Amino acid sequence: MPLDDAATPDDAGFIELGTVDPGGDGAAAMTEPPEGPRATTSMSGRRAPLTAPKKQFDVLDAADLENAGSTGTGHFREDLADAGWDPFTPAELEIVQINVGKLCNMTCKHCHVDSGPDRTEENMDRQTVEQCLDAIDESGAHTVDLTGGAPELNPHFEYLVEQCAVERDLHVIDRCNLTILTTRPHEHLPEWFAERGVEVVCSLPHYRQLNTDAQRGAGTYEKSIRALEMLNDAGYGKGDPERKLTLVTNPTGAYLAGDQDSLEREWKEALARNHGVTFDALMALNNMPMSRFLEWLMEKGQVEEYLQRLVNAFNPATIAGLMCRNTLSVAWDGSLYDCDFNQQLDFDMQWDGNDAPHVSEFDLRAWQEHSIRTHRHCYGCTAGAGSGCGGAIDEE
Amino acid sequence: MPDNAYYDPEHLDQFEDITEGSPELGEKFFDYYGEVFEDGALTAREKALIALAVSHVVQCPYCIDVYTDASLEKGADLEQMTEAVHVATAIRGGASLVHGVQMMEQVKEKMM
Repeated sequence: MPLDDAATPDDAGFIELGTVDPGGDGAAAMTEPPEGPRATTSMSGRRAPLTAPKKQFDVLDAADLENAGSTGTGHFREDLADAGWDPFTPAELEIVQINVGKLCNMTCKHCHVDSGPDRTEENMDRQTVEQCLDAIDESGAHTVDLTGGAPELNPHFEYLVEQCAVERDLHVIDRCNLTILTTRPHEHLPEWFAERGVEVVCSLPHYRQLNTDAQRGAGTYEKSIRALEMLNDAGYGKGDPERKLTLVTNPTGAYLAGDQDSLEREWKEALARNHGVTFDALMALNNMPMSRFLEWLMEKGQVEEYLQRLVNAFNPATIAGLMCRNTLSVAWDGSLYDCDFNQQLDFDMQWDGNDAPHVSEFDLRAWQEHSIRTHRHCYGCTAGAGSGCGGAIDEE
Repeated sequence: MPDNAYYDPEHLDQFEDITEGSPELGEKFFDYYGEVFEDGALTAREKALIALAVSHVVQCPYCIDVYTDASLEKGADLEQMTEAVHVATAIRGGASLVHGVQMMEQVKEKMM
């Protein structure tokens, strides 16, 4: 649950941007919403009933999946067990992924976080940031993966990056929507990241404008290309492992991600030819049947067909490499999850004696011994070549 | 789906059953088919777009379904796919029109 905003002395220099801060100046700071493209509005802002995770699970459970998966049951847990994964336990903890908040300058149609400019309440405060750093130290993880929302909009973002990348010499990933780098207070970030060796992982669903703007809002493509040019100018995307630029593509509709290597060649060739822009790697991810993408599937009457497609493509070879097995997911309020998708579904991590552990209680041993929670949405990560925060899993 | 319809969408899922009558030829066909669409001198996306165009020429509804999805999955967008269908249309239309020269010649022989 949200902690009280007990500001530390160091906190004085930070503007509290929409953290739970009754009576503070958080609300005042957000009177001007961040500029950015809009493909839709947040479900939360529309008070859509589907905002409730329970409703989303109901929709997934109601789908009639015939002869689906290896057991034909359409139950993820049974397909896991059939593939020899019972119990379903983690591997080594390598990555701490922190979702620093739901605030974003964009409102993409497929967003599983239901992020947007109106999500000003859910932003990690400084105390929780400090608790995350303690958990990172205990975890032994080599990588800190920052996501959101637009993580750069959290007032403690740069402090957190500095503490991880410089003070602790860890690999830091910024999951960036690109357009934020073109907004005034964030234009320095490409150079700033380059000085700290931060890997920038950016969303660009397509190498042409049509599909990119359809998913992420009119004007996204142009701004994204400008941001990629800024990153190239800062030394990113040129094969330097200290300045790694990774693009992420996910389908602009109800189909699965294509072959990652093949798409990477297409993206590289087309972006170089059309814009003179370069990058290092492309990750192809599936869309998860939840939140705004689920809402879109419902509008199209394609929930069952899409789920069937995911389940038919169930690939047991992806299970060992699933991100939930090597990643600890932390929410803006410090609660812990097996992955960012479970996080958005309020599907808490459970370990021995604790049904909803908080990052301040992080215990590596309890994590190592806990059983990962799964449900039908998990078929999104095991379909085809697999899909996770690190891209395709089973590349033959 | 009426009982007497010529096209049944279910037949697409049952395509591989065609091996029943001749397993050897069926398997050869499907192995070949799979290999044709791998990345080669042409990319998988380019091949999917060619297949999409040809699907429209042979007017195969199964193929149109499959290669619409395949084109999207391999990274094509609506503009590229529509251009591919126009290429098919241009060749198909042109193939009719170029026969007009035969018509013209005959007319010129027969008319005063």
